[in-house]
Amino acid sequence: MNDRWEHFEHGADIGVRGFGASKARAFEQAALALTAVVTDPERVVARDSVEISCEAADDELLLVAWLNALVYEMAVRRMLFSRFALRIDGRRLRATAMGETVSVARHHPAVEVKGATYTSLRVAQRDDGPWMAQTVVDV
Amino acid sequence: MEPRKLIERGPCRWELPTSGTMRVPVVVFASPDLLRQMDDKAMEQAVNVASLPGIVGASYAMPDAHWGYGFPIGGVAAFDADAGGVVSAGGVGFDVSCGVRCLHTGLRREPLMAVQRRLADALYERIPAGIGSTGAIRLNAQQMDAMLAGGARWAVGRGWGSDADLERTEERGQMLHAKPGAVSDHAKKRQREEMGTLGSGNHYLEVQEVTQVYDPAIADAYGLKPGDIVVMIHCGSRGLGHQIGTEFLRRMVEQAPSHGLTLPDRELACAPIRSDLGQEYLGAMRAAINCALANRQILTHLVRDVFAELLPTARLPLLYDVSHNTCKVETHRVGGKDRELYVHRKGATRAFGPGHADLPESLRAAGQPVLIGGSMGTGSYVLAGTRSSEALAFSSACHGAGRAMSRHQAMKTWSGRQVVDDLADRGILIRSPSQRGVAEEAPGAYKDVSAVVDAAEAAGLARKVARLEPLICVKG
Repeated sequence: MNDRWEHFEHGADIGVRGFGASKARAFEQAALALTAVVTDPERVVARDSVEISCEAADDELLLVAWLNALVYEMAVRRMLFSRFALRIDGRRLRATAMGETVSVARHHPAVEVKGATYTSLRVAQRDDGPWMAQTVVDV
Repeated sequence: MEPRKLIERGPCRWELPTSGTMRVPVVVFASPDLLRQMDDKAMEQAVNVASLPGIVGASYAMPDAHWGYGFPIGGVAAFDADAGGVVSAGGVGFDVSCGVRCLHTGLRREPLMAVQRRLADALYERIPAGIGSTGAIRLNAQQMDAMLAGGARWAVGRGWGSDADLERTEERGQMLHAKPGAVSDHAKKRQREEMGTLGSGNHYLEVQEVTQVYDPAIADAYGLKPGDIVVMIHCGSRGLGHQIGTEFLRRMVEQAPSHGLTLPDRELACAPIRSDLGQEYLGAMRAAINCALANRQILTHLVRDVFAELLPTARLPLLYDVSHNTCKVETHRVGGKDRELYVHRKGATRAFGPGHADLPESLRAAGQPVLIGGSMGTGSYVLAGTRSSEALAFSSACHGAGRAMSRHQAMKTWSGRQVVDDLADRGILIRSPSQRGVAEEAPGAYKDVSAVVDAAEAAGLARKVARLEPLICVKG
């Protein structure tokens, strides 16, 4: 199965879901789904990079911590990200996120993400197969 | 949600009795139709809230209630610190003190329509809206703390408004007992360029016309007549509030076991009011309320500047400013006794009735203005708090239309261009940096706001005073 992302329905907000061959890849795809809440990730040039690291007690809390670290970097740097290189060692995540400054003319940003929630939060592997990482983000 | 699963307790008032882990019943305010439209998830969340320690009365769902995270959007719950009550970051939400304020203009429809297009363009140019936009005001560390402690009162002190504005803002423009020191450097950094910005999503600035008056006496007290033009601003505490919500949710999730709390849903993350974390959150959340009040005050100043240039005869006094996502300490009468309660309103509005001591003298006889934002193509309402809402839901009412359709579905159903064109045909000018954002906020993606306010009125939560329809909408 190829790594991929999708959105899923939530009443007022949006669910982000990533699938990947490993947990780390699923987290990367979930991050792409996060960018896709704002704009088409294919329009975002991976020009500048930002180092991100975070820690949490379990996989699910780590997914929320990862997405919230991205939301923070997106907000304070006014950036969008389209490429990720991510490693998970136990409770610790280290990543390089690549992207560019948001351009209203090119990205037509739809909506700002306020934060990742713990709603419909799930990180799981399907029978030794692909990993799935999902949660709802508040917009 | 099927009405037959609930007990009808009164007009538009339904109860799910206590069972299982619930400590109090769930009370839903809705017409049978709205109840049928309400998703089961919202009910499930209201039931979860009913199981939290120290909850008093009931877990309430307003007529616009829908599936949120932790609490339903449109959820109200009050907690008693003496009974082991909790404060919940999820029960306030990410956009702390997101709210609405309504400004008079003193103008009638005709002079406004003569400059409608120029005014729409000027507002869009001057009000920073949408992702990537920044405000003109940058605060150093000291000024940031002063803003977080002072709220709209701080903004007025800087020259962005008058004392009359504070009189017409909840908490007189300044939430007391805020602790700027409890707000992280990350949250402050996220706010650095965002003072005086509108945000995105469902946030907007609208120029509206009063098209109908339902209660002439209260409308008169509020200064509203058919044909009057008003300005409605909907936004919140921006990045600072979002970051506070994010950080405290995590800490409350992590510390729940040490507080002896078992959460049915992690998003219900809470801490005892009488705990270090609970107190720290209350201090930070109150600072975020001040940030939202200051932000709406600065936006008011920008709007007044634009009107002064294009419509110099206009005067824009504030009708009222209400907040939607808050936890406030209030005194309520429960079982014949006054009790101090921590009232969470998540996507719900405070609605004090006539005579309430917290209302300014000029509004005390009429009751508190309850401002209900609709979707951009439909209408908004001004309601008035009633005496009966105190006993019904700790003086609370609905806050808006509530979504009927997810953003995802809305985006697939409409194109932004088409929505803008359709509304322009009806005389409504939309200005937004994002066509997709407009599609996601299409009028059809929301419930019928009229049905929501009719249910609130039938239930006795608030009285209908006036209907407002948009002429210009600036969306982030």
